[in-house]
Amino acid sequence: MPVSAPPTNIFNVVQRGMSAQMVRMNAAASNLANAGSVAGSEEEAYRPLRAVFAEDSDRRTGLSSVSVQSVTRADVAPVKRHEPGHPLADANGDIWASPVSETAEMVEMMESARQYQNLVEAMQTAKQLMLDTMRMK
Amino acid sequence: MSDRLFGIHGAALELRSQRMGMLTSNIANAATPGYKAKDIDFAAALDARVAGADVARSTDAATRYRVPVMATMDGNTVELANEQMAFAENAVAYSATLSFLEGRVNNIKRALKGD
Repeated sequence: MPVSAPPTNIFNVVQRGMSAQMVRMNAAASNLANAGSVAGSEEEAYRPLRAVFAEDSDRRTGLSSVSVQSVTRADVAPVKRHEPGHPLADANGDIWASPVSETAEMVEMMESARQYQNLVEAMQTAKQLMLDTMRMK
Repeated sequence: MSDRLFGIHGAALELRSQRMGMLTSNIANAATPGYKAKDIDFAAALDARVAGADVARSTDAATRYRVPVMATMDGNTVELANEQMAFAENAVAYSATLSFLEGRVNNIKRALKGD
């Protein structure tokens, strides 16, 4: 993914943080959606997606935000199941199920939702203080 | 003139706003591997600012890395509860500084109006 310019103000920091959390949440949602999927070979099997965050800092203003460096597939082996009756089964009668841990994905989702919320609150406070400063008479 | 009018509060407001940005950066990077949480030693920054350094220089010199209570596996030192607490404290201090400034401005206005 392209590296964006460093953040210039607090709204910038929050906005990028929010979209990074959104990517993370989408990845978790995709993983949950694919929790039960099976494939006919080990290569084709679904592997969980993970967003990798990177710091996005600006020396001049001292601000640093977060950007999604990449969305990678977790390196976990799919679960092999012997099910000869399955339409996708290979010559040995095996199928490969996606190695998604539903609990872990739910936790991931809750955490990203909470961090998104934290950012919104920080932004609201910052906005209110800025408005108070402008209205000072 | 404005320095004598606002005293230390003008500098304090600038630094409070700078610190708010830094604490928001910490909150935003709560899940970034290897991120080191930073904060401003406010008293040191204010001393430097009052002594004549500009905002960037005085905050740079007073920036400290946080020492985490418990280190995480990925090297991230953000502890969200602490950051949120610091953010709230900083916001209240910002408001306080703002009311000091408002008070000063009102005094001058009253003096000018002569009532």
